[in-house]
Amino acid sequence: MDRIPILRMGEFLLVTIQVDMHDQLALRLQDDLTRVISKHGTRGVLIDISTLEVVDSFIGRMIADISGMAGILGARTVLVGMQPAVAITLVELGLALTGVATALTVERGMQQLRRSLAQAGDDGDAVER
Amino acid sequence: MSAQGTLRTVLRQRRSQILQQWSEQLTHGVTVSPHARLSSHELARQAEQFLDCLVAATQSGQPQDIHAPEWRSTREFLEELSRQRVLMGFASDETAGFIFSLKRPLFDGLLEQCGADARKLATEVWDATVLLDELGLYTVKAYQKTREDVINRQQQELLELSTPVVKLWDGILALPMIGTLDSARTQIVMESLLQKIVETESQIAIIDITGVPTVDTLVAQHLLKTVAALRLMGADCIISGVRPQIAQTIVHLGVDLQGVTTKANLADALALALRRTGAVFGK
Repeated sequence: MDRIPILRMGEFLLVTIQVDMHDQLALRLQDDLTRVISKHGTRGVLIDISTLEVVDSFIGRMIADISGMAGILGARTVLVGMQPAVAITLVELGLALTGVATALTVERGMQQLRRSLAQAGDDGDAVER
Repeated sequence: MSAQGTLRTVLRQRRSQILQQWSEQLTHGVTVSPHARLSSHELARQAEQFLDCLVAATQSGQPQDIHAPEWRSTREFLEELSRQRVLMGFASDETAGFIFSLKRPLFDGLLEQCGADARKLATEVWDATVLLDELGLYTVKAYQKTREDVINRQQQELLELSTPVVKLWDGILALPMIGTLDSARTQIVMESLLQKIVETESQIAIIDITGVPTVDTLVAQHLLKTVAALRLMGADCIISGVRPQIAQTIVHLGVDLQGVTTKANLADALALALRRTGAVFGK
C-alpha cells in the first residue's frame, strides 16, 4: 500500500503531498509522522501541499490534527504552498485552520521554522505551538 | 373602399398637412421637454421619416399586424429612435409620446376624409388607434430593452473595475475595493487576489475598503473569509481605509474581526507592511 514519504532534513521533516489524499493515506501519514517525530526528536515539520488540488472536510481536519499532534510532541508545523482553490474551499467549509502556521513557499516556510526555533531557543526550550 | 383603404388614402393625400400638424404638436406640445435636447428641425425630420415608413407599411397586405415583414423598416426606425432617446436621457413617456402625438393630426385627417359618415369614422378611428397604440408600445419596449442593455453593460464594467490587484512593493499587493460587496463580487475579488498572491509570491496583501460605501455583517463576513483564505495560503492581510463611520458600525454590529490588522488609511498599512517585510528607509 502506498504511503506519503517523510524526508528528514537535519532537525526538520519535509512532507510533500503529491497525490490525491484519500482518508486511509491521511491516517497513515498521521501515524508515520508522529512516530518519526518522537523517534528523532524533530523540532519542525514542513508540509508542502502545493500540488494538492482537491480537499474535503476530512483532509482539512486531518491537517489541523497533524499540526496539533506535532505540537504536543514538541515540533512546530508549517503548511506551505496551498492553492487558491483549496484555500477558498477550506474557508467555505468553515475550516480556517487557525492553529496552523502557513507560508507561501517551502523556502519561506523553512525560514519561518528557523526563526521560531531560534526564538524558542532564547526563552528556554519551550516550543511555540 | 375597405376600412384600411381610408387610412392609407388619408396618409397619402393629406401627408403634408398631417406632417405639419404633427411637427407643431411635437415642438410645442406636451411631448417636448423644456431641455430641448432635440431641435425642432431634427424632430420634423424624424416625423417625416416615420410617416414615410408608415405609408409604405400601410400600402402592404398586412396593414394591422406590425410584426409582419412589411413593417420591418418601421420597427427598425422605432428601435433606432428609442435607442437614441435613451442615450440622450429622455424618459419613457417622452419617447412614447412621439408616436401618440400623431393621433390628433391623423384623426383630423380621417374626419375630413369621412365627412358625415359617423359609423365609418368610428371604425377608422378605432383601427388607427389600435395601430398607433401598438406602435407606441413597441417603442416603449425597445426603449426599455436599450435601457436594460445599458444597465447590463454598466454592471459588467463595474465588476471589471472592481478587481484590480496592484503590486505596491516587492512582496506587497494592494486591492482597492470599490462599490458594494456582494457574494458574487467577493468571490471574484477573492479568487483574483489569491491567484495573484501565488503568481507574485507576495507575503502581504492590503485590502483597501475606502471605496466600499457600507459595511454590514455580510460584507464583514466576506472580508473575514478572504482574510482566512489568505492566511491559509501563508500570506498576511491588512485591511485599510476604514472610515470612522464604518469603525462605529463594525463595533455596533458586534462583528469580531478576529485579530485582523486594520488601519485607517492605505499609507499606514503600507508603512506597516514595509516594516513587516523588513524594508529599511532613510529620509
